Amino acid sequence: MTEATTTVPTQMQSGIRVDLQLVADQIKPNSRVLDVGCGDGMLLAYLRDQKKVDGRGLELSMARVSGAVREGLAVIQGDLDSDLKHYPEGAFDYAILSQTLQSTRNPKEVLEDLLRLGTYAVVSFPNFGHWRVRLELLLRGQMPSTPTLPESWYDTENIHLCTIKDFLTLVDNMGVTIEAGFALDGHGKKVSYAATGWLANLFSEQALFVLRR
Amino acid sequence: MNDLGTSVKDPLATRLTLDGPLVLQSGISLSPVTIAYQTYGTLNADKSNTILVCHALTGDQYAAGKHPLTGKDGWWRHLIGPGNVIDTSRYFVISTNVLGGCLGSTGPKETNPETGRPYGLNFPVITIRDMVQAQARLLNQLGIDKVFCVTGGSMGALQTLEWAQRFPDRITAAVPIAGSYRHSAQNIAFDEVGRQAIMADPDWAQGNYLEEGTVPKRGLSVARMAAHITYLSEPALQRKFGRRLQDRDNLTYGFDADFQVESYLRHQGSTFVDRFDANSYLYITRAMDYFDLAEENGGKLANAFKDTPVRFCLISFSSDWLFPTTESRAIVHALNANAAKVSFVEIESDKGHDAFLLDEPEFHETLRGFLDGAARSVDLQDVTAEGAQ
Repeated sequence: MTEATTTVPTQMQSGIRVDLQLVADQIKPNSRVLDVGCGDGMLLAYLRDQKKVDGRGLELSMARVSGAVREGLAVIQGDLDSDLKHYPEGAFDYAILSQTLQSTRNPKEVLEDLLRLGTYAVVSFPNFGHWRVRLELLLRGQMPSTPTLPESWYDTENIHLCTIKDFLTLVDNMGVTIEAGFALDGHGKKVSYAATGWLANLFSEQALFVLRR
Repeated sequence: MNDLGTSVKDPLATRLTLDGPLVLQSGISLSPVTIAYQTYGTLNADKSNTILVCHALTGDQYAAGKHPLTGKDGWWRHLIGPGNVIDTSRYFVISTNVLGGCLGSTGPKETNPETGRPYGLNFPVITIRDMVQAQARLLNQLGIDKVFCVTGGSMGALQTLEWAQRFPDRITAAVPIAGSYRHSAQNIAFDEVGRQAIMADPDWAQGNYLEEGTVPKRGLSVARMAAHITYLSEPALQRKFGRRLQDRDNLTYGFDADFQVESYLRHQGSTFVDRFDANSYLYITRAMDYFDLAEENGGKLANAFKDTPVRFCLISFSSDWLFPTTESRAIVHALNANAAKVSFVEIESDKGHDAFLLDEPEFHETLRGFLDGAARSVDLQDVTAEGAQ
């Protein structure tokens, strides 16, 4: 794949990835943030330096945790499927889950946890309803492999992929309020159509939602 | 700070006697209490750059620089120094010999003022909390109110956690390394083997060997040998020694040290007795056994760190089976329950528990990054401008 994917980030002038910039834009200054699946802490460092955010991070990969701690960030090695339950209710203003929901064992429980420990949950994920995904399965009869989701079925970590529509149905069932929603292209840049409409479900490669209980 | 700076010039005898008695956790009042310590670097003008370095079971106050007894460099020589991870051109490092120790601090080998003879087994049983209270009192008398960071490995980690629990508003950061919130059954079991080895040695003389003029060399040496195995890992031992023979080509069909690993352990044991006191070994291992932060907080470890303002960095090593990563992770979970500021890394290493004393670049860089971040968060003042007074 030569095209940029969610795992091969595009950098903006400010030095932060495009998709992370949009997440950062949702966060109010001086707030308390938990970044779940925070990687090497790029977003947390940005929020600390630019918005005086009091941040914490959770990350599975020890190498990335190590990098984040060396940056002076409060990041711990852990597994979100088992570790979120340790945080107390309402401990954070925002709980961020960026491009990770689809690889959790129990996405619904994870969402519940995020909304328990944070006032807002900021969640982004790849859209499995994108036309390319649909076309791949329809025409080739094989599991879709797209620029956003390039891995083969047997080595992908994405065990719970969903379409935007699926996600909206879930949060509706959970009785969760959508504070904001953005349809995104493959680079994580905003596109013009509404995140909750059919156009987004067919044409956007990713989506970002700000949720509240 | 000239008064503290003098300690560097006189590294053999820097001791301070606490004002008034120290009331121990057991309720016993101990007096006088003297604490021996070493300092490295310079205290800055607003006295905000102190790092208290806590030693492990058989460590002492010589964390850096030459050790007066062994002639070797200090146990954290890889970490402490100008420009190093614990940068002595920036931080003021203080390391104390723990209460109950045997290198200048009040302990079983010192003279009991009531009898004029060595304390021996008349020394009261002490705890990790008592060690920390003594350190806190020492810092009070040195005029150091706020401590930038408390850190240490193994028993040093226990002291660090005790500091964080007992004096959360007095410290900015805490870095417990290769430690736990309590001694496990296995930890207690190994300590008991060591103590029984010492007490089984006739030269121990019911703890009165100093007066009897004997040294329980065999017992203390066996205690050290058994403990030393727990500091290493199986792969590290295998790599270092395998089944290689010691200075011989064939087995001797006897009980001489045929194998290199036997010879190595015997050496560890015999050099240890030259620098350590057997009764101190009993008392300090007991203090570690009694440590349980969860128990003293109603069985809930999270209660030990209620609303703690301290920034924590926990570090464990993957091959450490004496204080395995699960112990550090339990502490992390307890801190998470308080939404505390915590960093946690398990360092990949096959060197076992002892990795915290060794040149482990990933561990060192992690600690450096954490200290930098913590220093930034409190705008830690440089020594260079104000320190030269």
